[in-house]
Amino acid sequence: MTPQQENPQPGEGGFLKNLWKTLMRPSGRFSLGTLVVAGAIGGILSWGGFNWAMEMTNTETFCLSCHEMEDNVYREYKNTIHYNNRTGVRATCPDCHVPKEWGHKVMRKIQASNELYHHFLGTIDTREKFEAKRITLAKNVWRVMKRTDSRECRNCHSFDYMDLKMQESRARKRHVDALDEGKTCIECHKGVAHELPEGVYEAEREVVNESGG
Amino acid sequence: MKPVHIALGAFGLIFAVATLSPIPALAGDVQSLRGKTEIPEINPTPELTKQRADKGRFTRNYRQQPPLVPHKIAKYEIDLKVNQCLRCHDWPYNVEENAPKVSETHYTDRDGTALDHIARTRWFCTQCHVPQEDAPALVRNTFKPLQRKQ
Repeated sequence: MTPQQENPQPGEGGFLKNLWKTLMRPSGRFSLGTLVVAGAIGGILSWGGFNWAMEMTNTETFCLSCHEMEDNVYREYKNTIHYNNRTGVRATCPDCHVPKEWGHKVMRKIQASNELYHHFLGTIDTREKFEAKRITLAKNVWRVMKRTDSRECRNCHSFDYMDLKMQESRARKRHVDALDEGKTCIECHKGVAHELPEGVYEAEREVVNESGG
Repeated sequence: MKPVHIALGAFGLIFAVATLSPIPALAGDVQSLRGKTEIPEINPTPELTKQRADKGRFTRNYRQQPPLVPHKIAKYEIDLKVNQCLRCHDWPYNVEENAPKVSETHYTDRDGTALDHIARTRWFCTQCHVPQEDAPALVRNTFKPLQRKQ
């Protein structure tokens, strides 16, 4: 073995290899305590910072920073019960469209990069383009909500605490049937917060058939 | 002074009096469907009644009366794209939903051609079918429903 191999010169073996070697070498300068405390503080800051940044993208203001949202879906939602109602409780965009649970939330945020891509591509940058695309977009959301058993609806609405006696007879009957058949919210409650697409009923059947009834 | 001048003068006087007299007093005498409200005024909003859905079906008052809607429809979308009434009342949905089917007359266009979908002239249900409510008549009238022995 030659001395060069024991003590490699900087620059030799590439940047990444050197970095790895530096990181793997035990520190002879800082105490273990300092390293643990600094690591903990750094960890809290970066973890907190990451979640804080993610929450920044989880607000209505952020959603509406794209005009596609403001001019189409938001305007329609403003006429619905989830925006304006007797008691003033509101469900904003992320309450229905972003999962609350961390893992699912991160997955959804990664998928959102496709939405960013289409924003810059201008796929739905006019009302006409949006209307033409509405059925596809709506079907995507229905599929996801059916697959997740309407998880985001159930953050607020739960069959367990639903007083069926307070409902009118039509609703009561359907909710009882839905419980028996194991149906999920989105199977009936489409277009609750946005306008429905043209040809909604045929599309509805398509989505049901895809998922095997 | 010629008689023409006198006539003109008299006309001018009447015209001036007529135009200068306070207009609201005149307008207040006009009775319209919105009552004795002055033209610039906004009449008070009538009290909203909360619709009660569990009251059964109201009977018709005459043969051709479009049946009333015995449930809430306020949130239903009826526009050029979608008609949510048809999700239950159009065939074949009426079978699975156990809802009254739209009358067959609504599947014939104005030339008498039978269609497989609801005629476009019948698309906007709420033009004729309104939610039923036991509310006082907006305009007083002397209509009496047909009494028929059952």
